[in-house]
Amino acid sequence: MRPILLRGGTLVDPSQRLNEIGDLLISEGEIRDFGRKISAPDEAETIDCDGLIVSPGFIDVHCHLREPGREDVETVATGARAAAAGGFTAVCAMPNTDPVTDNQAAVGFIVRQAQRAAAARVYPIGAISVGQEGKVLAEFGEMVGAGAIAVSDDGKPVASAHLMRTALEYARTFKIPVIDHCEEPTLAAGGAMNEGIVSAHLGLKGVPAEAEEIMVIRDILLARLTGGHVHLAHMSTRGSVELIRWGKERQINVTAEVCPHHLSLTEESVRGYNTNAKMNPPLRTADDVEALREAVKDGTIDLIATDHAPHHYDEKEREFADAPNGIVGLETALAVIVTNLVEKGYLGFSDLVDRMSCTPARIFNLPGGSLKRGATADVTVFNPAARWKVDPSQFLSKGRNTPYSGMTLIGQAACTIVAGSVVYRSGNSARGRESTKRVRG
Amino acid sequence: MTGTLGKDLLGLESLTGDQIRLILDTAEPFKEISERAIKKVPALRGSTIVNLFFENSTRTRISFEFAEKRLSADTVNVSTAGSSVSKGETLVDTARNLEAMRIDMVVIRHSASGAAQFLAERIHSNVINAGDGTHEHPTQGLLDILTLRDRFGDLKGRRICICGDILHSRVARSNIYGLTKLGAEVGVCGPRSLLPNAIDEFGVRIFDRVEEAIEWAEALNVLRLQFERMTAGYIPSAREYNRVFGITRERLDRVKRDILILHPGPMNRGVEIDSDVADGPHSVILDQVTNGIAVRMAVLYLLAGGKPELAEAAKGGAGRGREPGERD
Repeated sequence: MRPILLRGGTLVDPSQRLNEIGDLLISEGEIRDFGRKISAPDEAETIDCDGLIVSPGFIDVHCHLREPGREDVETVATGARAAAAGGFTAVCAMPNTDPVTDNQAAVGFIVRQAQRAAAARVYPIGAISVGQEGKVLAEFGEMVGAGAIAVSDDGKPVASAHLMRTALEYARTFKIPVIDHCEEPTLAAGGAMNEGIVSAHLGLKGVPAEAEEIMVIRDILLARLTGGHVHLAHMSTRGSVELIRWGKERQINVTAEVCPHHLSLTEESVRGYNTNAKMNPPLRTADDVEALREAVKDGTIDLIATDHAPHHYDEKEREFADAPNGIVGLETALAVIVTNLVEKGYLGFSDLVDRMSCTPARIFNLPGGSLKRGATADVTVFNPAARWKVDPSQFLSKGRNTPYSGMTLIGQAACTIVAGSVVYRSGNSARGRESTKRVRG
Repeated sequence: MTGTLGKDLLGLESLTGDQIRLILDTAEPFKEISERAIKKVPALRGSTIVNLFFENSTRTRISFEFAEKRLSADTVNVSTAGSSVSKGETLVDTARNLEAMRIDMVVIRHSASGAAQFLAERIHSNVINAGDGTHEHPTQGLLDILTLRDRFGDLKGRRICICGDILHSRVARSNIYGLTKLGAEVGVCGPRSLLPNAIDEFGVRIFDRVEEAIEWAEALNVLRLQFERMTAGYIPSAREYNRVFGITRERLDRVKRDILILHPGPMNRGVEIDSDVADGPHSVILDQVTNGIAVRMAVLYLLAGGKPELAEAAKGGAGRGREPGERD
């Protein structure tokens, strides 16, 4: 493996309070050195990073790669390549596959598929309950042994408080977080969008914010009871933010994530029955978006995750209430965050790297998240100023279901390096995306 | 073809007050056709219309069919039973196949909110929403408004209360939008569990007690209570609904004014409305049915590109709103 010299980029690494122009040398899969004017071995490949940001690789702790079961919609390989194109060096795959990833063999299958893909790393998340049926605990220990890094029944919220309690207790042995999709099932039943004035106008059954918040406080209280680590997936309401703040003030072991779409879009996007604006939890109000932006800024919400959820075109091309929930996110996440949070002054680039790399690595106890000497060479190089128009036909993901189609966004991955190997470079990849103009600064 | 209303009629929310008045005014001359011995004019001769009903309907489908036939259109009825829909064909495929048969208009009734708009965006034919889920039922709203206008004249400042299950009612939404645009004051009355949580933002008056609604209103549009609301836990029983929210003679007699009674049908006698009210002197429930045909003729005529000022002439035989004397 040739050493790589990333020359002249802005090195942004909050794990060591680094934010300066310099070179970064990678060899043998590790960060070898960084600083001004690094001398590299003669055989090293030099990548000019002038005007670009060099950061620890982004880690997405929440995506759906659909394999096994729906390989027509996404596979581990296409998902891992889409992740790399979005600047992610690692993603965590949710277990709502078919069959459900609820055992050692199923976890091992995803690990092997990811190795064959040789793109972004893929870490499996195991199910909390067998078949995600909410009854019997899955074998956490066996799954962790096979490579699972967390457990979740995502997509099928854990309705039973007793099951959630025992999951949090049992997970302590393996020091893994229990991720919950917070949704009180009887209150949310049949809902297709946020409950409010837009749902009332459109005649669509709404899901009130309280359906999420009831489960957020339940989970926080169960984390207090058990001492287990609960990680709350895709938070979408102001009330949830306030409850998480309440929990953190009491040193309860709760962490939380928010998705780019909940930080950038509102329920208004649903008007016209736009199924590409249908996801669960639903897009909420402008007030919720504002609260979530503040929460990701002040750290109440720890990190940003995509909830990448590809669906077949035909499945979205139907009556709104019948269309499936979810949008793709891996290839737009960085740009949505730069456009909506950095450009609008909520986050600096250092904060962005922290929420998309350092904190996910720390909370989920994963390699990466740092450019320290000797650290795993998972590195993202991105152009902070590239403006590009979202064209879903250019995605490496099989999914095309995005509400950002046609929008001009700012910020784009230029090069993604996993364990010292380049797995994505803009301009010369299979996707043929236009090489981005580099901007100084 | 696109007329003064645009390509489609999907709801009253997207129409202006002037467009609503245009439909009502166009309906006026069409009323008379149904009173003739030979109830037929050639205004839509040669047009092909599909009535695509994915949900059970008797009066709306029949009303549309009469309206189409009285305008001399060729019509086909497709209902879910016995069609490819029951074989799992998607809505968009059904629509495209129909369009490939070169139809001019589709009248669609569907259980999903937004189904009519979905169709309208994907085919070139004119689309008329005959009720989509819990969203809108614009021709019902229009016929209710026409019936009110027959009695009240200008609706500006008139107080009309819609009673019942507002949450799940497409009739309620179309009435609220249409009446508001014509300057009427709109009230709603029903159990809070059957009102949208965001009802405050609709710009309507809210009455928790039906007695207060009756005290206030000049007309009541009484909605049908769907019995599945009880099993879904929205309200306890039909009996209690009648006791607390039913429109009864006794309640109406407490006010000294005459109150006009409308109901979109089919009625649950003894539940949301008592028989002596439904059959009483101030009930215009059957006028609504009659007006339904005229309103639907007006909508069909206008969407087909008919000129409103020629509606009177179209009755005589000018067809499709052409200038009188213009040749076929």
